[in-house]
Amino acid sequence: MPVLTGKELRIVGFLCNWCSYGGADTAGVGRFNQPTDLRIIRVPCSGRIDPLFIAKTLINGADGVLVSGCHPRDCHYAEGNFYARRRLEVLKRFLPILGIDPARFDYTWVSASEGQRWQKVVTVFTEQIHALGPATRHENVSPELLAKVASAIQGGNRVAA
Amino acid sequence: MRIGVFVCHCGSNIEGTVDTATVAKASLDFPEVVYATDTMYACSEPGQDGIIQAIKDKNLTGVVVASCTPRMHEPTFRRAVERAGLNRFMFEMANIREHVSWIGRDREANTNKSVDLVRIAVEKLRRDAPLIPSKFSVNKRVMVIGGGVAGIQAALDCADGGLEVVLVERESSIGGKMAKLDKTFPTVDCSSCILGPKMVDVAQHPNITLHAYSEVDSIGGYVGNFQVQVKKRATYVDWELCTGCGACMEKCPSKKNPDAFNEKIGPCTSINIPFPQAIPKKAVIDPTTCRQFVKGKCGVCAKVCPTGAIKYDMTDEIVTEDVGAIVAATGYDLFDISKVTEYGGGRYPDVITGLQYERLLSASGPTGGHIKRPSDGKEPKNIVFIQCVGSRDKSLDRPYCSGFCCMYTAKQTILTKDHIPDSQSYVFYMDIRSPGKMYDEFTRRAMEEYGARYIRGRVAMVYPKGDKMIVRGADTLAGTQVEIEADLVVLAAGAEAAKGAPQLAEKLRISYDKYGFFMESHPKLKPVETNTAGVYLAGSCQGPKDIPQSVGQGSAAAAKVLALFSKDMLESDPQISRVDIKRCVGCGKCIMTCPFKAIKEVEFRGQKKAEVIETVCQGCGICTSTCPQGAIQLSHFTDNQILAEVNALCQS
Repeated sequence: MPVLTGKELRIVGFLCNWCSYGGADTAGVGRFNQPTDLRIIRVPCSGRIDPLFIAKTLINGADGVLVSGCHPRDCHYAEGNFYARRRLEVLKRFLPILGIDPARFDYTWVSASEGQRWQKVVTVFTEQIHALGPATRHENVSPELLAKVASAIQGGNRVAA
Repeated sequence: MRIGVFVCHCGSNIEGTVDTATVAKASLDFPEVVYATDTMYACSEPGQDGIIQAIKDKNLTGVVVASCTPRMHEPTFRRAVERAGLNRFMFEMANIREHVSWIGRDREANTNKSVDLVRIAVEKLRRDAPLIPSKFSVNKRVMVIGGGVAGIQAALDCADGGLEVVLVERESSIGGKMAKLDKTFPTVDCSSCILGPKMVDVAQHPNITLHAYSEVDSIGGYVGNFQVQVKKRATYVDWELCTGCGACMEKCPSKKNPDAFNEKIGPCTSINIPFPQAIPKKAVIDPTTCRQFVKGKCGVCAKVCPTGAIKYDMTDEIVTEDVGAIVAATGYDLFDISKVTEYGGGRYPDVITGLQYERLLSASGPTGGHIKRPSDGKEPKNIVFIQCVGSRDKSLDRPYCSGFCCMYTAKQTILTKDHIPDSQSYVFYMDIRSPGKMYDEFTRRAMEEYGARYIRGRVAMVYPKGDKMIVRGADTLAGTQVEIEADLVVLAAGAEAAKGAPQLAEKLRISYDKYGFFMESHPKLKPVETNTAGVYLAGSCQGPKDIPQSVGQGSAAAAKVLALFSKDMLESDPQISRVDIKRCVGCGKCIMTCPFKAIKEVEFRGQKKAEVIETVCQGCGICTSTCPQGAIQLSHFTDNQILAEVNALCQS
């Protein structure tokens, strides 16, 4: 059952377990209504998020990607979100080179207690993606191209991996 | 793999807006799913038994439960699948309550979204591998940081339980805020009479080592094996020799320094023992005011000290303590009343905090227990108490209630009447919050028996007129303006996080909220645990608390430590990073980025390789996204697993 045609777009979220996933839980506990488009993938820390995941998600046909972690200086793992911030900022500037509208990707910080803030973040981002409309589907992207993308983002030789 | 999917109704919590039967039916189309059903309450005993039975009947090798957040019941279900004979990590959850059913009313969209979330859980589970925890030994010593009443209680309970305790206190004496109080509510017990014996117990307990005038410098290690560097600040007095006789205080020529123990309403000497019942009863020199340090000559204390304990050349000293658990009990500080400029705190001497008033009431205080105005030493007759100064005030970024001010203000009005029978107390309040045994009765006594006049409303401003303070405010019940000529104004300053609390939290690797209070693991069910294993909380460092709550939490934290230490070996969480030695090129990037120093360099057949120290790794996965080779992978959050989730979402 894919996204509801005409109603929903494909939005993927990567949330750190300790703050933002908890914040999304808090929003649920508080019954703060949100659009239904977002699908959340739980990761331990925003520092676990490889920019490649986001690039791949967007190339594979997602209409938007939202990343959220703990507020800077409040990371459960002390400094993971600093790594995330640097990587994600670079990625945001790099997306146009891949031919992807950078407005389809955003990152933010939401703590486990900020249920209302999470509601707002989801609502605003979903509206933003709906304003952009469905993304152009990149059919049949070759694995070689993806590998090059990965290499460029990593700045290393991960292609071998 | 043979996967079973269980979709929980959670009563009507999920079923109300999600068609769980449809979700279960749709799950059967996912790869390797051989069984799917909906269930009324998956976490209940029959619910768990149903999962266990299905694992046995259908030979399941992996389980997905679609229900509430994994932050709630993941451990519950892990134990259940383990009871059925599976590895407890062959389990995934789909959060269809907090992230679906509770945030939208559209049944079709919710059902559809739930199916998607089950789909990614299945894809993740297909790539899960069984994980086996390893065991490591525990150092059964505990450190308690902070020697207020919560820390004292935690230390005594741990020590009575047979543990070695290291108690670290920032000030030169333990006792904390409670030692400054005159009486306690609602029994009007003498504070130092009930705290004093506990302090003496700390000093005399064979299992307690006390580091007073010390601070935690750095913390390394992990649960069961922490290494804590404690900085023992220079006191300039050799405490081995000091007998606490006080001869130095009598002769010290620098006598007019603001006394921190007396909340700066009385003077003290540069060499000082803060109060008569201090534990340890040892003198400390304040080098910022001592003439020997400021002017380079004096030396009076060194001359009069009968034991020759004065050491002007003393320096800070670092001692290392190895402990297995840490209790943080660092307490709170008072809101700075000078921030509320309209009340004149800090500008007018006769506008003081509740804690300063407490010192005026105390027989060991600067006035010997006689209430005297700080400005002219006269006995006040009209005393105005203003509640919620720095509490419940969004404009001051202090929206929370400090909890104990209503009660101590009521107590202070009673004590005022006892001290000065012809006095009149006025209390400006917002609401009276007195939940607690005998608490509400106590506030009523203050009004009915002791004649305190309670005025519901806020004070707009306080200004001097002659030798009086005019308090102008509103009486919202009478709907009028009120003006009171006061001799003394006492502000119930709110509680805020102790100075340096966020920095200590970062050393402890625990979270803190935006006000600096430490975060508990769960607000309802784990109030003294933190998200860092082996670190516990007691008292007001977690949020404002009165004495019984702090004592209760101190004991609770001690019980948690004793339970932790009841095992000789602990199990490590096996959800950690692992290095594929064939792929590792020994670049060392993971070693540089790991926040926990959990990766070390090793030699393998003459080549440099990374190796994860199992017990230190916390499972953040920063190394995994740093490794240019994809050689170091975080178990259960591998690149392949996350990309499989992405694919499941994008290609469905």
